[in-house]
Amino acid sequence: MALARTWSVALSGVTGQLVAVEADLAPGLPGTTVIGLGDAAVVQARDRVRAAVLNSGHKWPEKRITVALSPAGVPKRGAGYDLAMAVALLAAAGVVGPQALGETVLLGELGLDGSVRPVRGVLPSLLVARTAGRTAAVVPHGNLSEAALATGMQVRGVDTLRDLVDHLRGAAPGLSVPGPAAAPPDGSGPDMADVLGQPEARVALELAAAGGHHLAMIGPPGAGKTMLAARLPGLLPPLDPADALEVTAVHSVAGSLDESTPLITRPPFVDPHHSASLAAVVGGGSGLIRPGAVSLAHRGVLFLDEAPEFRPTVLDALRQPMESGLVLVARASGAVRFPARFQLVLAANPCPCAAAKDVDCTCPSQVRRRYLGRISGPLLDRVDIRLDLPPLDPAALTAGLDDPPIGSGAGATGRGVGDPEPSAAIRERVRAARHRAAERWSGRPWRCNAEVPGSELRRAWRPRGRAAALLHRAADSGVLTGRGYDRVLRLAFTSADLAGRPEPGETDVATALALRCGEAA
Amino acid sequence: MTATTDELGRRGEDLAVGFLERQGLVVISRNWRCREGEIDVVATDGIDQVVFCEVKTRSGTGFGTPAESVTPDKRRRLRRLAQLYLSQHVDRWVRVRFDVVAVLCRPGVPPTVEHVRAAF
Repeated sequence: MALARTWSVALSGVTGQLVAVEADLAPGLPGTTVIGLGDAAVVQARDRVRAAVLNSGHKWPEKRITVALSPAGVPKRGAGYDLAMAVALLAAAGVVGPQALGETVLLGELGLDGSVRPVRGVLPSLLVARTAGRTAAVVPHGNLSEAALATGMQVRGVDTLRDLVDHLRGAAPGLSVPGPAAAPPDGSGPDMADVLGQPEARVALELAAAGGHHLAMIGPPGAGKTMLAARLPGLLPPLDPADALEVTAVHSVAGSLDESTPLITRPPFVDPHHSASLAAVVGGGSGLIRPGAVSLAHRGVLFLDEAPEFRPTVLDALRQPMESGLVLVARASGAVRFPARFQLVLAANPCPCAAAKDVDCTCPSQVRRRYLGRISGPLLDRVDIRLDLPPLDPAALTAGLDDPPIGSGAGATGRGVGDPEPSAAIRERVRAARHRAAERWSGRPWRCNAEVPGSELRRAWRPRGRAAALLHRAADSGVLTGRGYDRVLRLAFTSADLAGRPEPGETDVATALALRCGEAA
Repeated sequence: MTATTDELGRRGEDLAVGFLERQGLVVISRNWRCREGEIDVVATDGIDQVVFCEVKTRSGTGFGTPAESVTPDKRRRLRRLAQLYLSQHVDRWVRVRFDVVAVLCRPGVPPTVEHVRAAF
């Protein structure tokens, strides 16, 4: 038979569609053409496949070879089609039986020696194949444990083209099967026990974790902004299985998965440098479009250290994904959609000179104002918690040295001295609070308080008594605007969830107001 | 070296012509030359078709098969030459075909001739 077909997948973002790879051998001058809207890497597959086939000990057909990828109108990128092309060709040439593969999906790049190399995006590709009703796939050995995450698919790993051909001819030992899933690494990252002092910040971080609120921290260098931000993922509950798969798929397209334990079960923490380009943050690049920092931080934490130093266009590009939980990367070849529901943590110095104490600041007032002004209003508008971090009290550093640890059963607040509470204890409270929030909003599309629109908050709870009085006073004195009011309510709900109260009380409103103060808007 | 390569080429062309004639083609011209180059064989099917034929002879496949060595560049050149030939010889529309005859003369083995009809 001079015509054969194999199957692969064309990805666009984390979705895609099945691609039929057809090889036709016709009489005519020997030569190979690859058609079907492939990029340079796909067209170059011709030479890789040829070398791989010859070096695997097979003949290259002296025919006019046409390799077509269909649907022909869908752009195809990268070297992942090599394996499907090689097998289609060998099947057309009669080296392997045309029925040997059936509807198996093939993914993998070929080396000139016939080795099968790992490619990006194996997990999302297999999820696409599974949705399309395919049940079997062959992937590069290096991607095998990742491929095994697509449950319900029968996946096999190959090291070389020769192994696969031998297998298809029914000769050699079978292909490798995924081993038992390795346990994900245990460490949940840095621990809150390392953070000394900053009692207010601890509360704010706990609230942010419990409600999923975006957080801005402003304070002098050394106050612990970076340290606190890095500990936020450790306070968040582990990803549920569906989220874990979604997050892993994004990281698979980025090519940043760990080979042995690919499944990401902890919320990711992404901290791009402030020189990051727009493409690095929202996603882009030529060829197979890579997810940006906002997508890598999907269901996790996006930390922008030195936020005012980021380019204004980069900062403002965050607004759209913060609203929709998606980012749309538009290119001439089409738009690609990536999930991007992240929790934003901004950190900033109060001014460019960043003196340890405010009184030592040498910046003119105008410079100070302009510095923080670089974080645009609409962006800050979406940040629920604004925390002004004081410089670290030196007493906190030495406090634990002499004093015996204070009882460990105390509440979340008032822990200025003594043994700082470890992340595990806080995580437990956060889990309980999130559970309460999820129950309250059950049947609605929101998972945590930060996602709830203001109108719903106001409908859910009308402040009474002293709580109402506090809010009135804040509004009257100009501290609180209409916009700020909703956010205070939102925070109050989270505070109540943490304390186990069915609805916010006076303390919750007071806490929320305290974390909103200092805000002008 | 040149002499033997030329000899090989001539031998290949003889084999090719014999082969084409056995296929029923009538050879009109061999080694038609002009300023731009040379057409190995011009033949006709005797009805309305002119066949321009590139003969490629090799003594081994170490550098690839003879048919493979007809590169896109060579094809373009043959097309141009064909235009020149037609403008000088044919005064009415005819059907034109480009063939490649690949001759492999391995030492000690009877030569093989492969004919690719309408190669490009």
